Amino acid sequence: MDSFLRVLLLEDYNTRLVVIGTVCLGIAAGAVGSLLLLRRRALIGDVISHATLPGVGIAFLVMIAMGGTGRWSVGLLLGALAAGLLAAGLVMLIRRTTLLRDDAAMALVMSTTFGLGIVLLSIIQDLPTGNQAGLESIIYGKTASMVRGDAIGIGIAAVIVIIICACLYKEFRLLCFDEHFAGSQGWPTTLLDVVLLLLGAAVTVIGLQAVGLILVLAFLIIPAAAARYWTDQLRLMMFIASGIGAASAWMGVTISAMVPRMPAGAIIVLVAAAFFLLSLLFGRCRGLLVSFRLSLALRVRIHRQHLLRAIWECRETQSPVQLEQLLARRSWSPLQVQRLIARSARRGELQIHSDQTVELTPAGEEAAARVVRNHRLWELFLIRHADIAPSHVDRAADEIEHVLGVELVGELESILAQDETVPSSPHVLGTGGGN
Amino acid sequence: MGWEASYDGWVIAIGALAAFACALPGTFLLLRGMSMMGDAISHAVLPGIALGFLVSGTRDSIWMFLGALVAGLLAAVLSQALHRMGRLEHGAAMGVVFTSLFALGLILIVQAAGRVELDPHCVLEGAIEWAPLDMVDVFWGWLTVPRAVPVLVIMLLVNLTVVIACYKEMKIAAFDPDMARASGIDARIMNQVLMIITAATCVACFEVVGSILVVALLVVPPATARLLSDRLPVVLVLACLIGIVMAFLGHFASGSVPGWFLADIEDVSTSGMMAVMAGFLFVLAWVLSPRHGLVMRAVHRLRLRVRIAAEDVLGLLYRCEERQEQLTAAQVRQALMKAASIGGVTARLAMARIRRQGWAELGTTSCHLSDEGRVLATEVVRSHRLWEAWLWRNIKLPADHVHGSAMRLEHVTDAGMRDQLAAETEATEVDPHGKPIPDSGGEADPSPDSTVE
Repeated sequence: MDSFLRVLLLEDYNTRLVVIGTVCLGIAAGAVGSLLLLRRRALIGDVISHATLPGVGIAFLVMIAMGGTGRWSVGLLLGALAAGLLAAGLVMLIRRTTLLRDDAAMALVMSTTFGLGIVLLSIIQDLPTGNQAGLESIIYGKTASMVRGDAIGIGIAAVIVIIICACLYKEFRLLCFDEHFAGSQGWPTTLLDVVLLLLGAAVTVIGLQAVGLILVLAFLIIPAAAARYWTDQLRLMMFIASGIGAASAWMGVTISAMVPRMPAGAIIVLVAAAFFLLSLLFGRCRGLLVSFRLSLALRVRIHRQHLLRAIWECRETQSPVQLEQLLARRSWSPLQVQRLIARSARRGELQIHSDQTVELTPAGEEAAARVVRNHRLWELFLIRHADIAPSHVDRAADEIEHVLGVELVGELESILAQDETVPSSPHVLGTGGGN
Repeated sequence: MGWEASYDGWVIAIGALAAFACALPGTFLLLRGMSMMGDAISHAVLPGIALGFLVSGTRDSIWMFLGALVAGLLAAVLSQALHRMGRLEHGAAMGVVFTSLFALGLILIVQAAGRVELDPHCVLEGAIEWAPLDMVDVFWGWLTVPRAVPVLVIMLLVNLTVVIACYKEMKIAAFDPDMARASGIDARIMNQVLMIITAATCVACFEVVGSILVVALLVVPPATARLLSDRLPVVLVLACLIGIVMAFLGHFASGSVPGWFLADIEDVSTSGMMAVMAGFLFVLAWVLSPRHGLVMRAVHRLRLRVRIAAEDVLGLLYRCEERQEQLTAAQVRQALMKAASIGGVTARLAMARIRRQGWAELGTTSCHLSDEGRVLATEVVRSHRLWEAWLWRNIKLPADHVHGSAMRLEHVTDAGMRDQLAAETEATEVDPHGKPIPDSGGEADPSPDSTVE
């Protein structure tokens, strides 16, 4: 417990460095990742990160050829950045000049550049001066052995990325939501795309050292995808994504510092994945539970309206309305009808009498009249203006009666020259169109 | 480095076999726009491999294969479920799933590192160069082949069987899922079949050629073939051929190319080099493809520009004759460059084309249309003025706005359209500027009404 507190409160110097570095990375990646996700370019981070490998290799070889040791990390990172950008540009070029689509262009560039990187790495391995110079670490990262310089570098880069995001926020938002409108307003969309890719490449490159080239993609995608379930607003989404990125970085590093043999990068990704799962389930905006509840509510409302209409239509032929008559109107089970009746009775829309008959209350009367009217207006419209046979209109009206809005009903009224009353059914009730 | 038929032959054969096996599902993935699935599966198998390894404790076992297969399928199924239910974009759904699974795999491997030897590298790079050293007897000792060969051959046969059996269904589901559903083929089942053979192929090939090369093989040969042909069977066959060339070039290059730059380099990753060579072949096709290549597209565009410029020259000469003006060739070129805003090279090419075809004499003192040239020039001018008249009369564009549109439309107007335009403008005889519209027979109206000059 003591050690847990020590780690959590950053008393350990080394852990503090790692936490600061990865949290900065998480914040920057969350913001950029949100933009990339909405621009439908989430996987471009994968291309960039794989393409950094040959960039690092070439930078290393060039530095060796110029007489250095090849271990100057700024040089290596610049090589990585250039290669990542080049690869992203290549993807855009392939998509524009061939008939291949985005996914093929990305997979192409990614696999061949990574192959090149592996070739270069195997060459460097063989060099007398090579002994890899720690290039391996960029594949899997070296979170735990981050030094002061790395943390500061990541921090500075993250701040720069966030400042650019904030300055170009309006433009990026336009680009993500309506590229063609942005173009017609005179914004240089290609240039903005390049800037966005540059930001993605920057995050990827600073993430390489922290978590390695495969897992840095997770930093870009997972927090942004999780944030999407909570909000429909871009600004909020970027904040939430940054928050999730930062929180998973902190918690991941903490866990990895406490439990032996836990690679920090992988733990961070798993923590982020846990955040994603929570968001997927409980997200307030698009989460599964919310969607499920909404669709359930819609189903309940549709059933209730069907019941009310069935009662109304039964009553037109004979009253009082018996349960068996209702059963015959639709393909529903006795149990279902009883449950529906009970629910509507609780809502005060109908009364159940002791002799198994039901009667609409004034409130129910009004609701039923509205539904029946919608149904019949639509049927009349289909018969008169769409030339559909009266025996065929019931099914179509059955689906649309629940969603006709006030304006549409008004329009139907004016087209059909109907007054406020409920028109009589245009087809024989109970036979062809009844169910 | 000397070549030994037994060793080098086997390396190339294994590479080519892997390419065959991958080309079949890869082509359909390409058509469905799911090429990144190979990448996702190749990362996501890591936890499956680690678990299979932990269960069995050895490296060659059916457990590892099964674990990888299950993990690969899980990745495919999960990312599709996330796409459908979570309403997440395809790429993002894949990214979430495979990075999470990869992280899980890394942790499993590191946790197990004390007990067992498993290097994530063997998954990543593969060891195609070591494959011929590990021989087994097949057919009860009749034949001794590398152990990888039977695995790849079986995988290839499975893929071939599936593709041949479901060819029609997979084709229609790949090109038009809605049409497939309308004709009673469940595109989703075809999708699942494709995912299963993709995952199985990935896993079968990993051990031999490494995941980088598998991802490359799944996409690069089919994409290259796609640039060369628009027919599915041809694309499939071409993808296999490209696979052979790639395997050969890759093996050759890994043995010799680095030696050109750096001495004493021997141990270069063959799988990596094969992937690079696949990329090289793609670039070749991208630039040189006879139908869609960059060069051919540039040539087509240039020829179109020259044709249009030549028609403009003919029109220009016709109008000069009409005004009884004499122009020198240099003046014609200047006028053309100004009127059609084109570069000097295009203008020269256009004039060369006119001389070659004998449409006009372009001399240093004067220029004359030949008879054949006059017929063509009349058509161009007739199109131009008919369009002007039509835009002015029928669309009510102001008379000073119709020239630019007519300049463009005159080059894409054929005889049928000219007749229709004439009919719709009620056979008017002058354009909005008062110039006579020449007859379709080629003779200009002999009485020019020159209210506007």
